Amino acid sequence: MNAHIKNQAAFPETLATTDTSSTFNLARLRADFPILQRSINGKPLVYLDNAASSQMPQQVINRLVHYQAHEHANIHRGVHTLSQAATTEYENARIKAMHFIGAQEAREIIFVRGATEGINLIMHGYGRRFIGEGDEVIISAMEHHSNIVPWQMLCEEKKAKLRVIPMNDVGELLLDEYAKLFNARTKFVALTHVSNALGTINPVHEMIATAHQQGVPVLLDGAQAAPHIAVNVQALDCDFYVFSSHKMCGPTGVGILYGKAALLEKMQPYQGGGDMILNVTFECTTYNDIPHKFEAGTPAIAAGIGLGAAIDYITAVGLDNIAAHEHALLEHATHAARNIQGLNIIGTAQHKAAVLSFTLDDIHPHDIGTLLDQDGIAVRAGHHCAQPVMQRFGIPATARASFAFYNTFEEVDALIAGIHAVKKVFS
Amino acid sequence: MNDPRALYQEVILDHNKKPRNFGVLENANRHAEGHNPVCGDHITLHVKIDDEYITGISFEGQSCAICKASASMMTGQIKGKTVAEAETLIQEFRDMATGKLNVNAQPHHLGRLTVFAGVSELPSRIKCAILPWHTLHAAFKKMNSTSTEKDF
Ligand SMILES: Cc1ncc(COP(=O)(O)O)c(C=O)c1O
Repeated sequence: MNAHIKNQAAFPETLATTDTSSTFNLARLRADFPILQRSINGKPLVYLDNAASSQMPQQVINRLVHYQAHEHANIHRGVHTLSQAATTEYENARIKAMHFIGAQEAREIIFVRGATEGINLIMHGYGRRFIGEGDEVIISAMEHHSNIVPWQMLCEEKKAKLRVIPMNDVGELLLDEYAKLFNARTKFVALTHVSNALGTINPVHEMIATAHQQGVPVLLDGAQAAPHIAVNVQALDCDFYVFSSHKMCGPTGVGILYGKAALLEKMQPYQGGGDMILNVTFECTTYNDIPHKFEAGTPAIAAGIGLGAAIDYITAVGLDNIAAHEHALLEHATHAARNIQGLNIIGTAQHKAAVLSFTLDDIHPHDIGTLLDQDGIAVRAGHHCAQPVMQRFGIPATARASFAFYNTFEEVDALIAGIHAVKKVFS
Repeated sequence: MNDPRALYQEVILDHNKKPRNFGVLENANRHAEGHNPVCGDHITLHVKIDDEYITGISFEGQSCAICKASASMMTGQIKGKTVAEAETLIQEFRDMATGKLNVNAQPHHLGRLTVFAGVSELPSRIKCAILPWHTLHAAFKKMNSTSTEKDF
């Protein structure tokens, strides 16, 4: 093993020997992220757009560089040393992902491009095969477009019906209404674990049980959950789970689709090509076993291995530490935001991830975003790919600060000061 | 312009707060809707054209300060002009916003609209400033809706 991988292995000992918060050393963690040293418009970067994409620690950057410099070859194809090394590293990343979400077997872990592709794969592989005319698919009122549009496409194609779980004014799904949506034609539930626009953590355990009582499988969109709360797919008993690497300190271009093996085996392949076959003649092709049946073509090998390193990093920091620190940041931010006259927090669910979505007087969020950027503060402004959520709250857009474990209380204070400055410009 | 905050100067803030020619226009004979899907800006233009002259114009919709001020100032500048003159302004405004026209060095007819010159340094906001102009062009061409994702 080379030096930096050893470092990485040593990392857990230095950081998370116990799970008490005293081992959570923020200054040392921040030093791992080169980009946090940057300044923007002459001010230190305050990066609060983590729900869109998070930053990458040196450990993951090093892993990518090392792979590219010493280990790269195509995988699953060559008998030569490099190809075998790359294959081993890539498959190791699959096993890391398996442990990360508590899956039972590595073959239940499919590498995809990201959460979006994972959902599209399920729509195609499961939806197109098992959902037909007159059937119903349930989604929620707080889905990201990536968990709406594929199901709309399916419903249009199959003449099936899309049913939507409504939510209340604080951004919590109405569980009674949810239970009432089920009938004999209900074939699938696709639900976000954590809302990117509101921060709501849905009671997915209970909601999955409701669906299972009716014999209906459930897909969880974990894009906003995986980086922030410990996930165990077996404890949740979800049938499918998707998440993206780039929201959890890993590279773009890769994500994970988990599916129960029995379901994945029944599904049709998503794309055809190399690696997903056992045998091809012009008359007939025999598909490979899962997970390879769903992994046609050369994947993003470096990104997959990088995701493995990101999982190591996050695991070393500890998801309990992460959740605790981020919750403290959210409490601090929420408290301060409530004292700003004219600021309206959108999404105040009781169980919430560290997302602060807000409107400010009648100042458009894009103006807020541009002015905050002047102070080096990066927030997202817009509909957050969740236009139905905006419609539900009767607003065109929000400004959104989304926190990660490497954010500090001082950065929250900078945000609050920045918001006051925006108000002053428009006063 | 080093500090984009300078873009949020009084003229623009004032037009944002008190937009001119805001609302529906009776007797308008051209209408177009403009969308900026990236940020959700949405405006509707009502235009009245008589013999090539723009005799009336108003706008409605929800948008950021940059877009609203741009629309408000556009309606003020355009009224009374011919369609051909307005098309020239559309082109010049687009060129200014995208940095192709240096308003200090090259000839133009933009007048007070040069307060938007700074937007060229804020790539994410260029479309906000251009949307009303883009929509005006669509109204002239009798396209009923347009989006900043089309052309330019
Ligand atoms: C809740 C949710 N689902 C899905 C996605 C899509 O993720 P990706 O763009 O990485 O495929 C996102 C990302 O914005 C998200 O927040």
